Order: sequence, then C-alpha cells, then structure tokens
Amino acid sequence: MTLRKSLVMLLYLLFVLVPIYWLVNMSLKSNREILGGLTLWPTAPTLDNYRVIFTEPSWYTSYLNSLTYVSMNVVISLLVALPAAYAFSRFRFLGDKHMFFWLLTNRMAPPAVFLLPFFQLYSAVGLFDTPIAVALAHCLFNVPLAVWILEGFMSSVPKEIDETAYIDGYTFPKFFVRIFLPMIRPGIGVTAFFCFMFSWVELLLARTLTSVDAKPIVAQMTRTVSAAGIDWGVLAAAGVVALLPGVAVIYFVRNHVAKGFALGRV
Amino acid sequence: MKIRDNRAWWLVLPVFVLVAFSAIIPMMTVVNYSVQDIFDPSTRYFVGTEWYREILADPRLRDSLLRQFLYSACVLAIEVPLGIVVALSMPRRGLGVPVSLILLALPLLVPWNVVGTIWQIIGREDIGLYGWLINHAGIDYNYASNPRDAWITVLVMDVWHWTSLVALLCYSGLRSIPDVYYQAARIDRASNWAVFRYIQLPKLKNVLLIAVMLRFMDSFMIYTEPFVLTGGGPGTATTFLSQTLTQMALGQFDLGRAAAFSLIYFLIILLVTWVFYTAMTHRDDMR
Repeated sequence: MTLRKSLVMLLYLLFVLVPIYWLVNMSLKSNREILGGLTLWPTAPTLDNYRVIFTEPSWYTSYLNSLTYVSMNVVISLLVALPAAYAFSRFRFLGDKHMFFWLLTNRMAPPAVFLLPFFQLYSAVGLFDTPIAVALAHCLFNVPLAVWILEGFMSSVPKEIDETAYIDGYTFPKFFVRIFLPMIRPGIGVTAFFCFMFSWVELLLARTLTSVDAKPIVAQMTRTVSAAGIDWGVLAAAGVVALLPGVAVIYFVRNHVAKGFALGRV
Repeated sequence: MKIRDNRAWWLVLPVFVLVAFSAIIPMMTVVNYSVQDIFDPSTRYFVGTEWYREILADPRLRDSLLRQFLYSACVLAIEVPLGIVVALSMPRRGLGVPVSLILLALPLLVPWNVVGTIWQIIGREDIGLYGWLINHAGIDYNYASNPRDAWITVLVMDVWHWTSLVALLCYSGLRSIPDVYYQAARIDRASNWAVFRYIQLPKLKNVLLIAVMLRFMDSFMIYTEPFVLTGGGPGTATTFLSQTLTQMALGQFDLGRAAAFSLIYFLIILLVTWVFYTAMTHRDDMR
C-alpha cells in the first residue's frame, strides 16, 4: 500500500519536474547546441545566457520593475485587506454578505475584460507605464483573495481573546497591532505569498499597462524574437530567473502553505 | 455569534474604495461602450442593445464559448480526481512532507508565459524531450499544425500547471482529519475504499468546492498559456474566450462588440461561480 503510494507520488513529481529540468537544461546550453540536436544534459555547459540577462539593461531593469510592482502590490493588498478581513470575521454589518460576494466577483473578472478600460483609466490619471499602475491593477484580483484567506485565518482565532483584551483596557488599534496580528502571523505570511504569486505570474495586465519605463520581465520575455529567430537559450535562462523569487518565497511559508491553499478554512 | 455593529464599515472602507477604483470605474466604461457606436472620441451614437444582439448571433463567439466549456469540463474532469489521488499519496511525516510540498507548488510559481514557453519547447520534435520521444515512438505529433495535438498539449499543460493546486487543497483537508477516525476505522476493519468514501471524502467536500470553483474560474479565463504555446491555432482550435475577446478589443478595436462580449462573458462566470459559492457558504452557515 505505502509502496504504491510512494510510486504514485514519485511519478507525479517526475511529471512536474521534467519540464522544469528541461528549461534549466536549455538555459545552460548555447543556441548552437540547442538547435544542433537533442541532448539530455548540456555537453558544453555555459553561463552565457545568464550573463546576457544580468548585464543587458533591458533585461535586469525589467526584472527589477517586476519585483517593484509585485512588492508594492503585496504591501497595498495586505494593508487594506487586514482591517477588512477582521471586520468580516468579527462583525455583522449592513450588507456584509453582499459586500463579500461582490469582492469575490472581482477575483472572477477575466483580466481581458478590463484591458481597455484600465489602459484608458490609468492613462487618464497619468499613471500609465509606472509600477504603481500595475500594482493597483493587480489589486483587482489580489485584494479579494487576501480578504478571503485572512478572513479564514482570523475566524479560527477565538473571539474571547478580543474580549479579554478590551477588558484589559486595550484600544482597538493597539489590540489589533500588538496582539491580534502576531497571532495570525502564518496567515499573513501565506496571504503575502499568494499576492506575490498571482502578481508575479500575471502577464496580460502587466504588459498592457506598461511600455518602456516599467516594462516587466514577463513582457520582456515575449521580445526575444529577433531577425535571427528566437533566442532559445536566453529565453530559457529568463524563465529560470523568473522562477527563483517564487521558490524563495515559498521556502519561508512552507509549513503553512497547505492551509493557505485552503484559504484558511479547513 | 458575530456582533452586529455597522461601524465595521470603516474597516472595510479602504478595500471598498480601492476595489471600486479598479473595478467599478472600468466596468462603467465597458457598459458605456457596449451601448454605443464609437467612431472617434467626438462622434458616438447610442445604439441600445444592438451589439448584444449581434454578438449573441456571432458564430465566432458561440464557437469559442463551446470550446471554452469543453476545455473547462476536461480540466475539471482530469485535475480534480488526479489531485485527490496525489493528495492521498502524500507522505504523512518526515522530510518527505516539506520537500514534496515545495516541489508540488513549483508549477504554480512559474509565470504564465513561461509555462507556455516551457511546453512550447518541450513539445517540439527537434529540441523538445516529449515531442522528440513521441515522434520517435512512431506517433506523428506536431502541436503547431495538428489541431488535436494542439488541444491535447494545451490540456496536458494545464494539468501540469494546476493539478498541484487541487492536490495541496486536498492535502490540507486530509490533514484536518483526527487520527481517532482512522483508529476507529481500523477497529471496524474498514477497507481502504470505505475509509476514503466515508471518512476522507466527506471531510474533503469543503476544500473540493474551493478547488472546483477556483479551477473553473481560472480555466474559464485562461489566456496567456495557450497564447504563448499555440497562439490560438492551428486555425482557431485553441482560441478560447479571453483570446477571442482581446483580438476583438485590441486587434480590431471593435469596442462596442468587445464590450458587449465582455459583459456576457463576465455574467457567465459570475453565474456558475455563484452556484458554487452559495453551496459553500451554505455549508459554512450550517457548521
């Protein structure tokens, strides 16, 4: 029984890892080797592709641009979602259920629907081609998700804690920051992880709202096609580099990530 | 019991303002476009429901809608059972747990266009492992020219990309089952199937609803991955709703029609998700 289980797990992990291995494999090859024939590992490993990414300004600035708007988005999402999630988990108020569902509907809105209006809106307010425009646009789906996850985590904190703190003379802001937030630290970490992830992987809005100054790495990657054909090696290296921040972030929340995927409600 | 207090609105206000800015204003623009015929910013006519009637009769929309539903159905039919199986096979303790968690989560962290790129590469018969293997096994496979191969490749790509999400959800659901349940089952000499059917599956219901809801929403909105992999081709074999819409809005700049399309598209997702959501919160209320 356990043997069969481990076998299933191994096969699935193999299925997950082979394509990623292939990407890493290609990023370490020269273009001549890539197009010359199929090799299971690089016969003449080279870091040239990575050198291109870390020395050419259009590459590394786009990488930094992405990191900038993603961090902005995480901070904004958390700041507005924390109090709101507390309200949803502790109080009943006029229209609370409708408000909650309305928030969720924004997670369901296809980004394609919002392309043109976003473009016009952010051009009109003069934010086009800035990281903050992308950060705000990504709030559309990240804030509802953040509220959803945080609400799940907060609901599992017993209400008696709030009451005791108020009896002890804590004011709401003091209680919230000093006592409540530390208690749901895993929840905050997981929420930050999810906001990071969904903002980092999104292409459509990020590409539409930027042109030159704030170009994200995902958009830069679509421009590896030149007269000489696609630069496969650099493209693969960029893919590997784009994977790294996610791996780093998941390492920090590895113990709580499973609960986070269930939006805190198991 | 929750306290009734309308002052809680002050805590929700920042979210409301922020999301209103990035959702209500653009949505109003879309509604505005959908009832007007716009030639240039100063010349526009009110046309009422004309765009809606036109778009509903448009075979292009109906084709991609059908394709979209078929695709989402396939995605759910494969990923949900597979996700459950993977979750059941997760190691229970030891070093295997964090390692397999991180490895499982890997595909979810790959930027969506890189997902497309990965499968674009690995499916090619000259430089890709899978394409090469399949072709050398004597099966004619080319996702760029054969609609069936393209369709399968997009589907396998989605399974690779998102099954982990279902698996992680189910895994966290399984972890919440107390050990005593299993001990009781052992005393009763319950079969593996009975344990799954009467202990694990009922406990998974909640997370499975979330999984189905998220997977439905996201597969219904899919754009980047097939766009990078096949560009919607060959022909229109893998052109899903989002891509049809972007072609209409940005490619042909057909604003009125695209706006009417957007609203119908949004309504469909809303309707289906509302069903899942009510089912889910209904269960929450009963707890």
